[in-house]
Amino acid sequence: MTPELLSLSNNWPLFLGSMIVKILAVFVVVILMVAYATWLERKLIGHMQTRLGPMRTGWHGLLQPIADGLKLFFKEDIIPSQASKVPFILAPMMILVPAFITMAVVPFGPDLVINNFIIPQQITDLNVGMLYVLAMAGLGIYGIVLAGWASNNKWSLLGGIRSSAQMVSYELAAGLAIVAVFMLSETLSLREIVALQMKPLWGFITFLPNWYIFSQPLAFCLFVVTSLAEINRTPFDMPEAESELVSGFCTEYSSMKYALFFMAEYANMIIISALISTLFLGGWSGPFPGFINILIKTVGFVMFFMWVRATYPRVRYDQLMFMGWKVFLPLALANIVVTGLVVVLLQ
Amino acid sequence: MFKALIQGLIITAKHLAPSKITTVQYPTVKLQMSERFRGLHRLVPTQSREKCVACYLCPTVCPAKCITVEADENEKGEKYPRVYQIDLLRCIFCGYCVEACPVEAIEMTSAYELADYKREDFTFTKARLLK
Repeated sequence: MTPELLSLSNNWPLFLGSMIVKILAVFVVVILMVAYATWLERKLIGHMQTRLGPMRTGWHGLLQPIADGLKLFFKEDIIPSQASKVPFILAPMMILVPAFITMAVVPFGPDLVINNFIIPQQITDLNVGMLYVLAMAGLGIYGIVLAGWASNNKWSLLGGIRSSAQMVSYELAAGLAIVAVFMLSETLSLREIVALQMKPLWGFITFLPNWYIFSQPLAFCLFVVTSLAEINRTPFDMPEAESELVSGFCTEYSSMKYALFFMAEYANMIIISALISTLFLGGWSGPFPGFINILIKTVGFVMFFMWVRATYPRVRYDQLMFMGWKVFLPLALANIVVTGLVVVLLQ
Repeated sequence: MFKALIQGLIITAKHLAPSKITTVQYPTVKLQMSERFRGLHRLVPTQSREKCVACYLCPTVCPAKCITVEADENEKGEKYPRVYQIDLLRCIFCGYCVEACPVEAIEMTSAYELADYKREDFTFTKARLLK
């Protein structure tokens, strides 16, 4: 009897059980990574600025994320009297939830076979996987705009508006950049994209995997830069822009709500790193057992983003718009045209 | 443009080396103060008493007016300070008292950890300054 894909119809208790286990595992790992990404960032940027970063709480400050969490948890939760209460409370959740549920489509290992059922190591394998990711990335921005608007503070409002304008201009370039990848893979399912990347490069170079970074280097660069802008990381952290907008959209937030914004920022960074690894660097495929590969790739990208933050100053707003519309968008379109030509000629 | 961007990344990466760190882990590691550092004052003692002859030059020159001296005469007929008191909360550590002293009876040490809990504890009397 050949193993069949586990679903609700053929063995619902096992399906539910495996689903709960997978969701819990992914959630806990992402939460832990979010916590320790803050530690890693402080350490890395500290060392790059010839400082040490946190050293006092635990060995080399390893307990710092826990201390920060506890501190923020016990802080007074302030809601400004003139703020719109419901959107003000809703906004942090609206940022965090899309950030976390994006992780549902990222595959983190090969299929397991238990009791003659195939259990994919992925919470859910949507056939429109990447479309779902882009949709969730677009949803996340509503939280920022809502936070800026509900705070009744001009800095927050400016931050929120900037964020939405940034999202509109960069989502387009990011989406078009990865269209070229889908022209090669002919699928949007992340599980199948990973499977395709495990074949030999271009079908005949056996010592290299068919990672899309080799066939689509321009799309890779474009997607990395535009994702930086999409998740509002420096040098594109316009919505926060400490030196211009106090703290941007989260100026009026305190206590755990503020912590939620922070968690969302790091969760977004981790998830975008996981997606870049999945789309361009072969996802979980590699020399180690499944999830270790994607963990290494993800942490590598997270560290690269921190490195970028330690290096570049924030771009000016008009430069941001110029780059989005006049550089990245035409480049992405040109990449699609060239890829299309090559695909047609090779057929 | 790309060259400049990569150069920037290389510079920050070079700073990642542990040898580049300039932080001193203060409470556990302490820097050696310069010899000319102006820290807590000290009255220089001789065999039997302090060197100070209570000439009043230091309270006169003190811009913060933090030194209190009361002169008296001991059994040998020498002039000595019966009271010598520095209010560290007023002191600005300018070192003029050291410069003004004709007999080099006051000097400044490298002690700089002067925090305390009570205001009274910042009044340094003769006994404390002689240590």
